[in-house]
Amino acid sequence: MTTFLQSELFHNYRRSSSAIIGSGLMALFAFAVLAGPFLVAQDPYDIAALNLMDSYKPPVWLEGGDPRFILGTDGQGRDVWASVLYGARISVFIGLVAMMASCLIGTALGLIAGFYGGILDTVIMRIADVQLSFPSILIALFLMSAVGTGVDKVLIALTAVGWVVYARTVRGSTLSEIEKEYVQAAKVAGLPNRKIIRKHVLPNVLTPLIVIATIQVGTFVLIEASLSFLGVGVPITQPSLGLLIKNGFDVLFSGLWWTSVFPGFAIMMLVFGINLFGDFLRDELNPRLK
Amino acid sequence: MSGDTPLLAVRDLRTHFHTFSGVVRAVNGVSFDVGKGEVMGLVGESGGGKSVVGFSILGLIDSPGKIEGGQIMLDGEDLVSAGEARMRQIRGREISMVFQDPMTSLNPLHTVGRQMDEVLRLHSDLDASARQKACVAMLESVGISRAAERLGAYPHQFSGGMRQRVVIAIAMLAQPRLIIADEPTTALDVTIQSQILKLMRAQIADKGASMILITHDLAVVSEMADHITVLYCGNVVERGKTRDLIEMPAHPYTRGLIDSIPDPSNRQDRLRQIPGSVPDIRNLPKGCNFRDRCPRAQAVCREVEPELMAQHATLWAACHFPLKPGELA
Repeated sequence: MTTFLQSELFHNYRRSSSAIIGSGLMALFAFAVLAGPFLVAQDPYDIAALNLMDSYKPPVWLEGGDPRFILGTDGQGRDVWASVLYGARISVFIGLVAMMASCLIGTALGLIAGFYGGILDTVIMRIADVQLSFPSILIALFLMSAVGTGVDKVLIALTAVGWVVYARTVRGSTLSEIEKEYVQAAKVAGLPNRKIIRKHVLPNVLTPLIVIATIQVGTFVLIEASLSFLGVGVPITQPSLGLLIKNGFDVLFSGLWWTSVFPGFAIMMLVFGINLFGDFLRDELNPRLK
Repeated sequence: MSGDTPLLAVRDLRTHFHTFSGVVRAVNGVSFDVGKGEVMGLVGESGGGKSVVGFSILGLIDSPGKIEGGQIMLDGEDLVSAGEARMRQIRGREISMVFQDPMTSLNPLHTVGRQMDEVLRLHSDLDASARQKACVAMLESVGISRAAERLGAYPHQFSGGMRQRVVIAIAMLAQPRLIIADEPTTALDVTIQSQILKLMRAQIADKGASMILITHDLAVVSEMADHITVLYCGNVVERGKTRDLIEMPAHPYTRGLIDSIPDPSNRQDRLRQIPGSVPDIRNLPKGCNFRDRCPRAQAVCREVEPELMAQHATLWAACHFPLKPGELA
């Protein structure tokens, strides 16, 4: 730990305001996601706790606001603040899990393609090329309409979209790593290929992935929000931030703006924080920018 | 060559690379022996096929390369026909390799100790503490002080010369019978070079191992090797005992290589060089590959490829018009 506190990374972190703001926002969301249920009185998905008499209450600082509902309520009398906290949980969960799955699958495929080359390389990389020529939201939309809605289906769609960047990055770094003599040396020492990949290649290609993975969480939160907004994402019983926006969108022009705007603001802050921190990491971990 | 069977006998080795622009005959009919405890120098310009010979012996020729023919006999066992599983046992255990650039031949992310341990875990039945002891002893024997402490250090904490010592230590760990050193001193400072050469000499003498020393530097090889084999365009053009080959080479190419070593006692003349460069190995014409650069070439050299023939002293050379002892090209 002390070595980390003395490291260049930490030193630069303390001098970078964007890194501090970014990680601060991320920490805030981490806290909200973990502690959310304990911060609000109402469980927004417990029908019994809802009261239709409370519907469409404006935020507390507006006329007619109710001190029980700081950010107002939606059409079912659901507390918007509670919905945002619960929705952020789902959004962040989907972003993180889909990122990890993409990273795992993409890295494995990239290592295989780069290390073994030949037909495996061609097949994997051509699939990646084809996929990259379509907008990811389009592929996700297509998959979602094929497999149906649900949190698990969203995860599948995002992973199918997201593995490509890892595969390409890892393949590139692998190609340059296996040219290095220590990989040759490992071969000469008689190490089997999978050990060479695991012990010698993998650790040396991981650094750029940290940046990709960080920023991808933000991208995935946005794609998931878009999918849910379009009605092919998460089910109504597990509303993510995107679905909350959609639900409020119907009444947005009737002046009941708070049901959409607060979830939207939450998404913005979350992605903003992730991107700020991701940019900091990119500057720090890119040897070419040093 | 010695009377008993050599440790390694390479016969008519042909390793070709099938590229889009043609077949590269990187090694095209190379034969040589390495006796037990001997150092064999493999010399030639870059692109001469030296390293490909090394990797062929280890069975590490990757596509599009392929060993097209010939035999590589290690103590009577043919490595060309051995399977990948057997080759993995041989690599590191029977044959190991020292690479050119110690800056890249160690993995920057693992400690030196871990990289040494890896070899022993693979090729010995020792338990953890015995392996550790072996690693410490090995590091000490290559002249690294405070070896036990240094096991926990990362490669970047060593200087270039020290790293090459570590690489040599790793290569010697499993007590292989043959070490292939591919330009082991090329990336090092001149002052470190002779230390490393001495160290390698001492190590192989100590362990009774043999060595193939691949280099373009005749000065290095003349210090180290018992025998020298000179490669040109994938063929052996000359071979013989080191002293004979250096003092009275029979092949004009060898003569040219020797003449292009700077001589500090003679500062008057310009440094001599071999005119021209290595021909395109993808479409070698018939006849002698060296003829366009050779001062002695005649009509027959365009037509007939010379065979390796016995010359004066211990030398064998592939030349229609070999040099007599003392004759200049």
